[in-house]
Amino acid sequence: MEVFVGLGSCGIAAGAREIYDTLQQELSGRKLPVSLSATGCIGACHLEPQIEIRTEDGGRFLYGELDSEKTLKVIQEHLIGGQPVQEYLIPFDYPYLARQKKIVLANSGVINPESIEDYLAAEGYTALRRAITEMSPEEVIEDIKTSGLRGRGGAGFPTGLKWSLARANAGAKKYMVCNADEGDPGAFMDRSLLEGDPHAVLEGMAIGAYAIGADEGYIYVRAEYPLAIKRLELAISQAEEKNLLGSHILGSGFSFEIHVKEGAGAFVCGEETALMASIEGKRGMPSIRPPFPAERGLWGAPTNINNVETLGNIAPILRMGASAYAVIGTEKSKGTKVFALAGKIKHGGMIEVPMGITLREVIYEIGGGIQGDKKFKAVQLGGPSGGCISESLLDVQVDYDSVTATGAIMGSGGMVVMDETTCMVDVARYFLSFTQSESCGKCTFCRMGTKRMLEILERITRGEGKMSDLDQLEQLAVKVKISSLCGLGQTAPNPVLTTLKYFREEYIEHIQNKACPAKHCRELLRFRVIQEACTGCTLCAKVCPTQAATGERKAVHRIDQTLCIKCGLCYDACRFNAIEITTGEVAAEVAATGVKA
Amino acid sequence: MDKGFDELLQHWKSQKGNVIPLLQKTQELRGYLDREDMEAIADVTGKSPAEIYGVATFYAQFRFQPSGKHTLKVCHGTACHVNGAERLDLALKTELGVEPGETTEDGEFSIEKVACLGCCSLAPVVMLDREVHGRLTGDKLKKVVRKVGT
Repeated sequence: MEVFVGLGSCGIAAGAREIYDTLQQELSGRKLPVSLSATGCIGACHLEPQIEIRTEDGGRFLYGELDSEKTLKVIQEHLIGGQPVQEYLIPFDYPYLARQKKIVLANSGVINPESIEDYLAAEGYTALRRAITEMSPEEVIEDIKTSGLRGRGGAGFPTGLKWSLARANAGAKKYMVCNADEGDPGAFMDRSLLEGDPHAVLEGMAIGAYAIGADEGYIYVRAEYPLAIKRLELAISQAEEKNLLGSHILGSGFSFEIHVKEGAGAFVCGEETALMASIEGKRGMPSIRPPFPAERGLWGAPTNINNVETLGNIAPILRMGASAYAVIGTEKSKGTKVFALAGKIKHGGMIEVPMGITLREVIYEIGGGIQGDKKFKAVQLGGPSGGCISESLLDVQVDYDSVTATGAIMGSGGMVVMDETTCMVDVARYFLSFTQSESCGKCTFCRMGTKRMLEILERITRGEGKMSDLDQLEQLAVKVKISSLCGLGQTAPNPVLTTLKYFREEYIEHIQNKACPAKHCRELLRFRVIQEACTGCTLCAKVCPTQAATGERKAVHRIDQTLCIKCGLCYDACRFNAIEITTGEVAAEVAATGVKA
Repeated sequence: MDKGFDELLQHWKSQKGNVIPLLQKTQELRGYLDREDMEAIADVTGKSPAEIYGVATFYAQFRFQPSGKHTLKVCHGTACHVNGAERLDLALKTELGVEPGETTEDGEFSIEKVACLGCCSLAPVVMLDREVHGRLTGDKLKKVVRKVGT
């Protein structure tokens, strides 16, 4: 029997390391004939920590939400007694797993990412071998074109076409770059793939390098992903040892060397010209295109840049055949897309779905619906460059063109679900504060325009907005879009524009009634004690950092409105739902009570 | 100039694109970047100190003052934001008296605001040194901080 523990970053955060240690200790202590391995993210993050037990006869048992105690029970009953512990098992027909289609993530959470043997056993590097020994670079490019693969970084540019442009540029020196600067807050697809199956990305890069004629490559990874960096470096050295990377790969005339470059924390470096500037050791500021990287890129040489997930598709395409791949998905968007499903969703995690699935299927069938069965409000796609999609559009298909038509973008794969407690004005403010602080400052409209837009949004969330602010926001948004050099500025207004389009009434509530319907914007809230519900347990008074909540034991408590900083600790702490959050007119009445609320 | 730093300079001296790795390794060694070290980096890379300072200040990773004994990185990714990351900032402010970007007077804690730690399913999360704490509330976070502080 074999036991695999999901040791991706989120598994570790949920306590998977302890589970691993417990297993290791028990297995060696009891001298059990069971092998223990680490694997990458199994994907069902809401069920972390997870382990999988595989038996000699091909049986697979997935356990979730474990702790040390439960693990001991699994060891005792399943590993020793041979009887699966039904109550902790995750069934394989669990909709979260059953509705997915795994191509890019096929190995993640299945193989040990630190073992090249595991990857080789899963047909790893066979596509590279075939490309180098049996195919011309042109044939490889033709296959990728036939597959219909489009860039997974967000914009959806056809990968085959990109490669042919880089191939067409003559030059003795060319570079193949992997963009792993996954900066969208709320997105962790690339991290999961790099942690769970680093060799797949290396193989995709090497095939791409062969196709375009590059002999050197860079992987630009966020410094916030130390585990991904460690596993990539290990994978590179393993592949070099086996002559799958390095000079004269597999005895051919093709040589390819890969360096890992750690990013230093600048969102704009996800833009390709800024990324190259950063690799060269400069401030990561975008430059005008043309010349495109395919003509003049890194250190002036023709350069091809692909996203991690795009590269993860390459070897599978060659293995399954381009036409077989092209059957998956819709007419113009082929294959699958990986999403990081998060926010107010019941079953969050890494998912891979065929293009063409609807948002409703993703959220309700895979994601299991909204946490606490609250009301769905919006789903955010594409991070700070994307937009919020309202309920009326939930039947939109997930493909590049349909999503773009809503005003959002497919983006790199962040999918954050929001419910009735999420304020859409605040969401717009949040994204804009992000892009505003990450603007590199080169283009005036991006630098100043986003700042002015942010100020307006902040004013509205404080209840100081005017109706004319909405027109001004829209005007500024258009100007920032058309006057910015790179994608950061061109897309920064999207969250504002989509929320104005689909949730305008929420803006109006903030402006006219000084009310935040989602009860999120602090300046528009007042906390008060519901007298009938308060039992006088004193918990609110204990957690209150400003002594605003006070009262005698067993007597109704009260909140001094002059001291309350609206931190919400009392609301979270109260076990009797005796704290009420008010907004708008009611909040004004509560405020008027001063110390007696 | 000490031996470790000197070795760093020699190791990276002739490599292309060496400025950012040099700054990163120096910060790893020292905990932060000071003027003297940046001038030395300017020397070996053939750039002006202003260029080196320009690069260092462009990227969020670099610090120019020593950080506290413990670093609390409060995640402000989208998932953490909608799940109440701002309340965590407020809890830290009431507990430690400092805001993101600051260090407590006793030098125990530095607080940083980060864009996304990629543990969205455990939102809201805070990374204390190298350990991620998930599904936090203001009260739980205070307990985490108190446990380390004692």
